[in-house]
Amino acid sequence: MSGYLEAQLIILCLSTIYAYGIFIPAASGQLNLGAAGFITLGAYASAWFNSMDGLGLSATVSVILAMIFTGIVSFLISFPILRTKGVYMVLATFAFAEVVSGFVINFEFLGAAAGMPVDSHASILVVAPITLAVMIFSFYFMSTRFGLALRSIHDDENVATLFGIKVRTAKVIAFTVGAMIVSLGGSLYGLHFNYIEAQTFNVLLSIFILLYVLMGGTQTAWGPLIGAAFFTIVPEGLREIAEMLGWHWLAEGRFILFGAFIVILMVIRPEGIMTRTLQERIAGNLRNKNNAVTSEQPEGGR
Amino acid sequence: MTDNILDIGSLKKSFGGLVVIDDVSFAVTKASKTALIGPNGAGKTTIFNLLSGVYDVDSGSIVLDGVDITRTEAHDRVLSGLSRSFQNIRLMPHLSTVENVMLGQQATSRGWRDMIYPLGILPKNRWRDEAEAALADAGIGTYPGEVVANLPYGIQKRIEVVRAMVAKPKLLLLDEPAAGLNRVETDQLHQLLDRVHQGGVTLLVVEHDMHFVRSLCDHVVVLNFGEKIFEGPPDLVQKDPEVLKAYLGADDDKEDVANAS
Repeated sequence: MSGYLEAQLIILCLSTIYAYGIFIPAASGQLNLGAAGFITLGAYASAWFNSMDGLGLSATVSVILAMIFTGIVSFLISFPILRTKGVYMVLATFAFAEVVSGFVINFEFLGAAAGMPVDSHASILVVAPITLAVMIFSFYFMSTRFGLALRSIHDDENVATLFGIKVRTAKVIAFTVGAMIVSLGGSLYGLHFNYIEAQTFNVLLSIFILLYVLMGGTQTAWGPLIGAAFFTIVPEGLREIAEMLGWHWLAEGRFILFGAFIVILMVIRPEGIMTRTLQERIAGNLRNKNNAVTSEQPEGGR
Repeated sequence: MTDNILDIGSLKKSFGGLVVIDDVSFAVTKASKTALIGPNGAGKTTIFNLLSGVYDVDSGSIVLDGVDITRTEAHDRVLSGLSRSFQNIRLMPHLSTVENVMLGQQATSRGWRDMIYPLGILPKNRWRDEAEAALADAGIGTYPGEVVANLPYGIQKRIEVVRAMVAKPKLLLLDEPAAGLNRVETDQLHQLLDRVHQGGVTLLVVEHDMHFVRSLCDHVVVLNFGEKIFEGPPDLVQKDPEVLKAYLGADDDKEDVANAS
């Protein structure tokens, strides 16, 4: 595999993992702008557990412990954070990420502002299957009664309560599970690049991850994958095309075009690229196509 | 052991200075079909909101099948055997028909094993089969996978009833289930409710359509301005002077004119 392609694939994999971690709480209507905070927790915790100066544990154990550690932290902070809603939750999670970053930068044993090397290495052959596993887990998770509860909370919290859903418990679990997935992504980042720096996990990263999720659509588990793929592939694709055509101004300024893309997308698909209705339509078309082979149907319904 | 499924004792509720429910007491007999009627603003829906836990009561008591649920949390009331539909449709717009019904089954699920069962992926499973059967039984079995926001009003209205039904309540609260339905749909609803009732569920129905009330219900409670003004069999309701006054405002008109001048 060429170095360039592998690098792109790694970014796609990590973005996808992050996106699923933010998607699970977003499915219940939580807007989490704290992805960078959970990435930092995962990356630094696993690096320290793994490092000889730290606990010197194996990479696998370190990653799992880092997930548990992030899980505990996010469980504890979910109580104050989940008292907020909408744009206030965005601010609260953003503040959390800044606090985490502030901590790391001020701790000498975590390398402070200079960053921290990571001893073990994880290649694309490790990262890609884990990404797939996260996707499968997310699809499974959203298909359970628990996922149904989260989607119900997103639509109408009060009615969900009246049908026996403990809204607060469900939200805390979604927030925590999501944070653990993001933490896994952070650990893999560290293990792949073998060097972590708190400054790379900044608010811009959090914004992008939340955008993947919102642009992809929060109604189905396809959303985060589509969002992450769109955001990773389109800018690169634009550059390839521009270079092929010899339009250097476009290669330089492709983000202007990409920005316009986002605006247009927001206008025509405000609920994300993939919506429940669209999924049903695609599934219906596939069904009809299969039926058409076996029996001629005059009207395939809707 | 009483034969009342629901006992409401001196219920009071006010919003700020506005008293909406003033000392209302009534009982619903087990296996009855009771109607709760009254002019607009009489407090019918507020009673439903107090029963289902949307609002906390100011004072009074709610006893469901011998258990005091006055202070029970809203999400536990459905477990005590009470579920409801809504006057304005409150289905989950982004869920499919069958998923909305599966949400109604939440109260019948037990423990973690049911919570982590992948009922959305498996094409055939106990929950989905039961939900689809309940929809088919209500005459709306042709749209299981359709997202509810895209369905017509009459269908959505009946999905609401099915969703409340599959929670397997002892007492089913229906807030204007027939409003906006055409004749055929109303008849189908009537048959559905009869079948639910035969299954041992007590019905408490808020409804404006008196024809529907008379044909469905065996007992009527009339509210006006947050107070109970009549309770008895449906035949007597329209002969009661208090009820006539509340609906037609016969004597009040003269007073109003007198007050205005």
